[in-house]
Amino acid sequence: MKVSLFVTCLIDIFQTDVGMDTLELLEKLGCEVDFPEKQTCCGQPAYNSGYVDKAKESMKHMITVFEHSDYVVTPSGSCGTMFREYPHVFKGDPVWEPRAKKLAEKTYELTQFIVDVLGVEDVGAKMNGIATYHTSCHMTRLLGVKEAPMKLLSNVEGLEMKPLAHNYNCCGFGGTFSVKMGEISEQMVDEKVQSAEDCGAEILIGADCGCLMNIGGRIDRKGKPIKVMHIASVLNSR
Amino acid sequence: MAMKIGEKPFKERVTDGIGDVFMRGAVSSAQGRFRSGRLNAAEELGNWEEWRKLGEEIRTHTIENLDYYLDLMSENVSKRGGYVFFAETAEEANEYITNVVKKKNGKKVVKSKSMVTEEINMNEALENAGCEVIESDLGEWILQVDDHDPPSHIVTPALHKNKEQIRDVFRDKLGYDKTEKPEELALFAREKLREEFLQADIGITGCNFAIAESGTISLVTNEGNARMVTTIPKTQITVMGMERIVPTWEDMEVLVSLLTRAAVGQKLTSYITALTGPKQEGEIDGPEEFHLVIVDNGRSKILGTAFQSILHCIRCAACINVCPVYRHVGGHSYGSIYPGPVGAVLTPLLGGYDEYKELPYASTLCAACTEACPVKIPLHEHLLRHRQEIVEKEGKAPVFENLSMKAFSLGTASPSMYNIGSKLAPKALGAFTKDDKISAGPGPLKNWTEIRDFPAPKKDRFRDLYKKRKKERGE
Repeated sequence: MKVSLFVTCLIDIFQTDVGMDTLELLEKLGCEVDFPEKQTCCGQPAYNSGYVDKAKESMKHMITVFEHSDYVVTPSGSCGTMFREYPHVFKGDPVWEPRAKKLAEKTYELTQFIVDVLGVEDVGAKMNGIATYHTSCHMTRLLGVKEAPMKLLSNVEGLEMKPLAHNYNCCGFGGTFSVKMGEISEQMVDEKVQSAEDCGAEILIGADCGCLMNIGGRIDRKGKPIKVMHIASVLNSR
Repeated sequence: MAMKIGEKPFKERVTDGIGDVFMRGAVSSAQGRFRSGRLNAAEELGNWEEWRKLGEEIRTHTIENLDYYLDLMSENVSKRGGYVFFAETAEEANEYITNVVKKKNGKKVVKSKSMVTEEINMNEALENAGCEVIESDLGEWILQVDDHDPPSHIVTPALHKNKEQIRDVFRDKLGYDKTEKPEELALFAREKLREEFLQADIGITGCNFAIAESGTISLVTNEGNARMVTTIPKTQITVMGMERIVPTWEDMEVLVSLLTRAAVGQKLTSYITALTGPKQEGEIDGPEEFHLVIVDNGRSKILGTAFQSILHCIRCAACINVCPVYRHVGGHSYGSIYPGPVGAVLTPLLGGYDEYKELPYASTLCAACTEACPVKIPLHEHLLRHRQEIVEKEGKAPVFENLSMKAFSLGTASPSMYNIGSKLAPKALGAFTKDDKISAGPGPLKNWTEIRDFPAPKKDRFRDLYKKRKKERGE
């Protein structure tokens, strides 16, 4: 199966290992993966701040970049959601709405792609440790991907999963919210870190680099003994 | 009290909210109860998504045909001998209500819970006219006794107070000498309020649903106070926002089923009170005179805009009860009697961006509100829409943000610009980087690194690693 990797700008610049893990994992699962090098960002930072016209420029670019892909797979629930929202953003635009729709229809978040498209629930990963999973908001509520990551994680050999209290509450990232409303964001992320600590996890796993940068950055600052990992890295562990 | 509460700027209100340990304890425990209550009630009912869709359809149809149903409502109230007044503004509404009270020589008004009367500042208008106004909803009454403390929630207005604080209010203001046990507090309130009911000459209610086909107003309560307000005083005035209407009793049943479950996880509240005009010949109770005041106060300006569906709101507060921002800042931080996600959408529409432009940003767009709404209002999309209006139509975005977004657009719409920018990032941030982390970043990173570390950009980006890998493999 031919897959185009949409790696996201955060992973391209800051979390390159997550990108490599995604690439390797997809290849292990038999996919032929390409990385369209002209890709940039999905436009969400501008879109969510109200700069829709400016966001549209990046969106048009991304639509063009992935025009010839069969499947677009991304290790981010939130950026995947943004692609799926494109037809809504370009609604009524005779040129861009149909093109946006094509992209939206072939875009999948990584775990969603593995479970729903490839039909795989056990990727053969092994990793020892006690972990908990942070359900990111856009991935669960807007993209509707709830079960796939849990199914995949439950089949990782050696991994013990603990439930995270108040897992439905946002971690306080929210893109520019984290800096615009820093004081509120701090309270939200502190509650999330506390819940992770309380459940006894050594590792907090997530499927969105934004949330993980927020939670992980706070964990580091507070010097808590919890490791933060992207689900792609967990699933690529052997 | 008008829609606006407090004079402090948004940031100060937030700091106050975050510092209020009692309030935050009360809010987080209430959110837990309300959330599980709503989910259990929805599951017990079954087909919750179908019910939500039905609710959405009813609200959409009603608001799309609001003029027709308001007309029908008005006609049916008049037929039964009631008076109807359409108030375009808060002032017009208050003037009409005050005149009715004056004509009746009313000295004491008892009220059941109503958000719209808070919004138009009715109590103050009546008090200025020399009339005493008594709130009879327990939560509202506690706040009134506590020197008009503003409500922090639209269904449970005194949510920010715990039982010890309520005991103290009763003790300090009314000489209460018993414990903080809820039963004892409630009994005390009941005795006090009973006296007020018996002395009142005018009853004023809000309205949960006005049923157009019969000209009925209905009230959803757990305390039965609305029933007292509508039966004891000889004159009744009902004040409703113009969107609080349903076409038929059947529609009302659907919406009440959604409302009580979404609000507090109840199948039905203890009382649903319905009143169709004044007492008719042969009837044994009800007011002798009935006035219906239908308030616009900025609502009709929302009609026909992209925000129209905010008028579908049935005031259940499910969105408030799941909001992770409200959880930490509490209702008073919103500076409006309408807090939480619905407030962050509605308040700027009614009160303007000059006063309330921060509210649409007080959200992570996590969509918990949209998911919880029993009539499927896309609340987080409305918040986004507000941001868009503030930036594009109002030109009220901060200069720095505007510049960064210009840079963002430049850097992401063109691969070569992105390439240069992302390659330069490690060098630009090199001086701030230690052990692959940035702990005190410059510019926009400063706010981030005040409380969190930021990862340093990698020297080799993913795209560089991918290229190398491809080369090594001879591809």
